[in-house]
Amino acid sequence: MAVIRTEKIRFVYGAGTSFEKTALTDVSFEIESGEFVGIIGHTGSGKSTLVQLLNGLLRPTEGTIFLNGKDIWEKPKKIRNIHFKVGMVFQYPEYQLFEETVYKDIAFGPKNMGLDDDEIDQKVRNAARFTGLREELLESSPFELSGGEKRRAAIAGVIAMDPDVLILDEPTAGLDPLGREALLSQIADYHKVRKNTVLLVSHSMEDIARTADKILVMSHGQKVMLDTPEYVFSKVRELEKIGLKVPQITKIMMLLKEKGVNVDPSVLTVEKGLNEILNLLSDANNNCSRL
Amino acid sequence: MKEFIKIDNVYFKYDENDDSDIFALNGINLTIGKGEFIAVVGHNGCGKSTLAKHLNSLYLPTTGDVYVDGINTKDDDRLFEIRKKVGLVLQNPDNQIVAGIVEEDVAFGCENLGIPSDEIRKRVDNALKAVDMYEYRTHSPDKLSGGQKQRVAIAGIIAMEPECIVLDEPTAMLDPQGREEVMSTITRLNKEIGITIVLITHYMEEAAAAGRVVVMDKGNVLLSGKPKEVFSQVELLKRHRLDVPQATELIYKLKNCGCNVPDCVLTEEECAEAVFKLLKEKTSASLSYSQVRKRVK
Amino acid sequence: MVREITLGQFMPGKSVIHRLDARTKIVLMISYIVFIFLCKNFISLLIMSLFSLLVIMMTRISFMKYLKSLRVILVVIILTGVMNVFYGTGDVLFQWWQLTITTGGITNAIFVIVRISMLMMVSSVLTYTTSPTDLTDGLERLMKPLTLFHVKVHEIAMMMTIALRFIPVLLEETDKIMNAQKARGADMENGSIVQRVKALIPVLIPLFVSAFRRAGDLATAMECRCYNGGKNRTRMKVLLFTAVDLTALLFCLIIFSGVIVSNCFFGSFATV
Repeated sequence: MAVIRTEKIRFVYGAGTSFEKTALTDVSFEIESGEFVGIIGHTGSGKSTLVQLLNGLLRPTEGTIFLNGKDIWEKPKKIRNIHFKVGMVFQYPEYQLFEETVYKDIAFGPKNMGLDDDEIDQKVRNAARFTGLREELLESSPFELSGGEKRRAAIAGVIAMDPDVLILDEPTAGLDPLGREALLSQIADYHKVRKNTVLLVSHSMEDIARTADKILVMSHGQKVMLDTPEYVFSKVRELEKIGLKVPQITKIMMLLKEKGVNVDPSVLTVEKGLNEILNLLSDANNNCSRL
Repeated sequence: MKEFIKIDNVYFKYDENDDSDIFALNGINLTIGKGEFIAVVGHNGCGKSTLAKHLNSLYLPTTGDVYVDGINTKDDDRLFEIRKKVGLVLQNPDNQIVAGIVEEDVAFGCENLGIPSDEIRKRVDNALKAVDMYEYRTHSPDKLSGGQKQRVAIAGIIAMEPECIVLDEPTAMLDPQGREEVMSTITRLNKEIGITIVLITHYMEEAAAAGRVVVMDKGNVLLSGKPKEVFSQVELLKRHRLDVPQATELIYKLKNCGCNVPDCVLTEEECAEAVFKLLKEKTSASLSYSQVRKRVK
Repeated sequence: MVREITLGQFMPGKSVIHRLDARTKIVLMISYIVFIFLCKNFISLLIMSLFSLLVIMMTRISFMKYLKSLRVILVVIILTGVMNVFYGTGDVLFQWWQLTITTGGITNAIFVIVRISMLMMVSSVLTYTTSPTDLTDGLERLMKPLTLFHVKVHEIAMMMTIALRFIPVLLEETDKIMNAQKARGADMENGSIVQRVKALIPVLIPLFVSAFRRAGDLATAMECRCYNGGKNRTRMKVLLFTAVDLTALLFCLIIFSGVIVSNCFFGSFATV
């Protein structure tokens, strides 16, 4: 069943003022429960606005957003419950840390949900485990952590609310390659274990290719496509037209294809690309060895 | 190439009272030639940012010396001379813009140096043109994109007519478009004006644009050489928490399988060309076989 | 949204007003404030209003922008206007229960409304036509004599420059942090005063941390660009007192004298 469904949503910033700016027009799509969806688009394509609409921080100017079949703005007073159900990790989330200890900071969300102490404790510890935060760090001040640990603590603060849908806006921005790698696989593991829906906004096509089941492409405030990575990345030219790239390996395969080599251009990882080429080589080798 | 910066056996500790043997810079030696474009890569905490701050006297070595154009950075009397020669651009573009109007911010450094007004005007206009931001000269920095702000910050340094610009992860907070803008700007400055560039980054694709890549680990130089020489060490780089471009990795893996491919490629085009050649060799071998077979039939 | 607040935004242009020396503009602005409060009758007020409109037209910035600057204090204007209508003396025009409307009240209300609106719009003339740097530079020059009394004039001016530059940055940051905490269920709109103040902590602490981080970065960036206080500093844009400034000063002198003359000859209508 679709966990999120949007119906022709339109969003205008500062409606009625001189700053009026349409950020989204006519966006409709469905996301199935349990899917890992990558969202791509250049800066200003409306993807950040979109994710803030999905968790109820912004209210659509027109159109409706359904969460598990229900309009999220049915009761505007209860919009806080939507924030809990659709967890949102902003860019550079470490800038939101404020408590004395990491533990208390992670507990901020669950506490606002009105849970009792035992439940909070369980959720905090689970979230810390999911994000790979060592137990002993929980009692230290969030401001003493390293950059990567701060990021994890902040993400744990959202995961601790146990959301049905977890949205991450560029969770790996500014991290070094290893930090990026580790955080991404942690998120992928979390998705596997919790089996909830994850929406990942990223500029890194390689990251998206590795993790996502589906990709939502945004451009100029509109949905361009929502499909499997193989399909989306096979549309190299279309993506380039809206200022996006495909993973390097996909581009290489495409260049080979253009040179007349019979390869599958929808290859997304280096391993697959390598296999593809080795297969071609061994075909040629087999032909030779039969001589 | 004339030597411009010499880092001579530098050890550095953040806290002088700290007795442990852990140094942020650990006996590093490095020479940077005039007009060179070098990229310094390494994971977080390898000491690359600490090194950057040594190049214009923001930090002074605990032991050892850094020389900029022959001047020891410890020479307090010549501090401004050093900072005029070596400009530093920081990661967060928002935090290094001082004034509320683009051209006035670019003028800031020159004003501090006490340069006459009409000369500043000329330099500011030239600097803004060099980073392709001239048309935005009267804008407020708030309305600019990250890439544009970073180019304004670069212009602010260029206006001081430095011989070297050190950029400390200038693209880490930018989107792909902003990254491209900044990269093409610094590449152009190096090629056209001959400014020495020291680029600190953890994006290997950016390092590939440099003339020399220095890989740092634990406060020292791990590897140094032309991009292709450094990137061919895929295993070593991966062990030290660094990424290589997928193109490089693919060719490296093919080579390990015993294929006849170049030692290292950096771009997608090079990679596709190499694979294509490889396949052509094999298939032409098999083709000639099938032609033979046809004839036999 | 916080980010929609525009604080005295500079709008580059080439009008006569733009070209005036920042010092001239600051001095005239201060005199203007004095004289608009000195207006004692409608003729004085008319002179000042016509003068204000003339200046506004001369900036060649759309009148709408000026009206928008009024919107921020619209509530204040209306409130003080209404209050004045009821708290006046003179002939009673209308009475109901405790409320009395008098001719004096109406005159006062008109005076107050016109004064505040003109004041706001003319202040906008200053901020719209003078770049932040020129403005602080002008202030620095004007306050120069204060250095004799060991006032750190350059430092104050530099602080103003930096404040003007970072206010929008920090406002945007506040917006981001508030959203992030709201997404974690922080409730900033409901509850008692104490609860609401408490709800600010998750916003204020990260904001302070970020402000300090930015300050550290900025200090480094300024050091890298050889900042050394005001010593031996030159400026790209030299403030020049030209014939245009002299003309402007003389012109304003005439207008302001007109106000005094009209005050003396036509007596006082308003009591405020």
